[in-house]
Amino acid sequence: MKPDAAKSLRAFAAELAIYAVLVTGYFFLVLHVLGDWLYRLETQHRVVYAIVAILLIAGQAVVLDAVTTVLFRLLRRRWR
Amino acid sequence: MFFPISHSHINPLYLVVVGFVIGILGGFFGVGGSFIAGPALRLMGVDWNYAVGTDLAHIVGKSIVAARKHRTLGNVDLKLGLIMAVGTIGGAEGGAQLIQALKRAGNVNTVVSWVAIVVYAGISIFMLWESHTTLKLHKRRSRGLVSDKKAAASKADHSAFGPVTKKIQGIRIWPMISLPTSGIKEISLWTIILVALVGGFFSGFLGGGAGYIRMPSMVYVLGIPTHLAVGTDLFEIIISASYGTFTHAIKGNVDILIALVMHTGAVVGAQIGVVATQYFAGPKIRLAFVPLPLIGAAIVIYTLVTGHKL
Repeated sequence: MKPDAAKSLRAFAAELAIYAVLVTGYFFLVLHVLGDWLYRLETQHRVVYAIVAILLIAGQAVVLDAVTTVLFRLLRRRWR
Repeated sequence: MFFPISHSHINPLYLVVVGFVIGILGGFFGVGGSFIAGPALRLMGVDWNYAVGTDLAHIVGKSIVAARKHRTLGNVDLKLGLIMAVGTIGGAEGGAQLIQALKRAGNVNTVVSWVAIVVYAGISIFMLWESHTTLKLHKRRSRGLVSDKKAAASKADHSAFGPVTKKIQGIRIWPMISLPTSGIKEISLWTIILVALVGGFFSGFLGGGAGYIRMPSMVYVLGIPTHLAVGTDLFEIIISASYGTFTHAIKGNVDILIALVMHTGAVVGAQIGVVATQYFAGPKIRLAFVPLPLIGAAIVIYTLVTGHKL
């Protein structure tokens, strides 16, 4: 394997490990807290729920994208 | 983990892995991946209506990540994406109306299944022929003239279907517009809207984002380079899937908690898929695309033969 590819793979594996820890924490904290509220919203205020659902998934996309980009940049610099 | 909205128990790791796989496919091919996500959720006992709606919500998040990455690589034509979004939403409504009409006639499952098989198999066979012929022609032309690395890195696309595409681009129905990002000097607005309408129609009729129809249509009918078609399709999916998520959520078909968990895996997968497109030339991406609609066709044939709904 080429040295560059090996470094990228190592950085990616490290990124995955850190990301997995962050995501696990996210499951138990954020989703647990939001679960009941979203359930109530879905049964009582469908339109608000629809808007919140789109905002949540879009917000998560932007935040997680930023997290993975920063993680990958930091780890690549470290492994270089 | 219990998901109260859809009343289902699903291992979050399973959702993350499914999201990851779909993320790679989405980032690389510009498809939503509903032909995998729907059956994967159904397999865990999620009701079909929740599987369809939740999948759309997850597609919104995954497409945002992949489209942002494609945009940094210069693979998104915003003007084209916005025009197509309008046509897609209109077409999706038309497809959904036809489904309602077939429901009333009582033969919705048979008709949709056969249309799906013909469309999926047709796309695969055509793309296999086209990409294979293009690669062969390109090999002959570039032998000794251009290095492989340079050819692979180039976003300028060649297609064996190119002469037909040129003729379509030559149709002059007012208003004519230019798409500088995609390298198209002039094309009729109606041609773009028609392509988007057809893609949207199949999205409403067969379900999902219909990227397996829209991405090839953008390449072969509009003449958009493959890398740009993938990126622009993802951008367009953000808008059309958001609309789909909203309407499904109002009808009580979206479990956003499942979508959020799936999306954590899709984020990583989508980034891998996007980066991978840089290492492949357009015809090779199109050749690798061939099995995707076939997987969709295989799932439909399975449900037809066994009567078991995945």
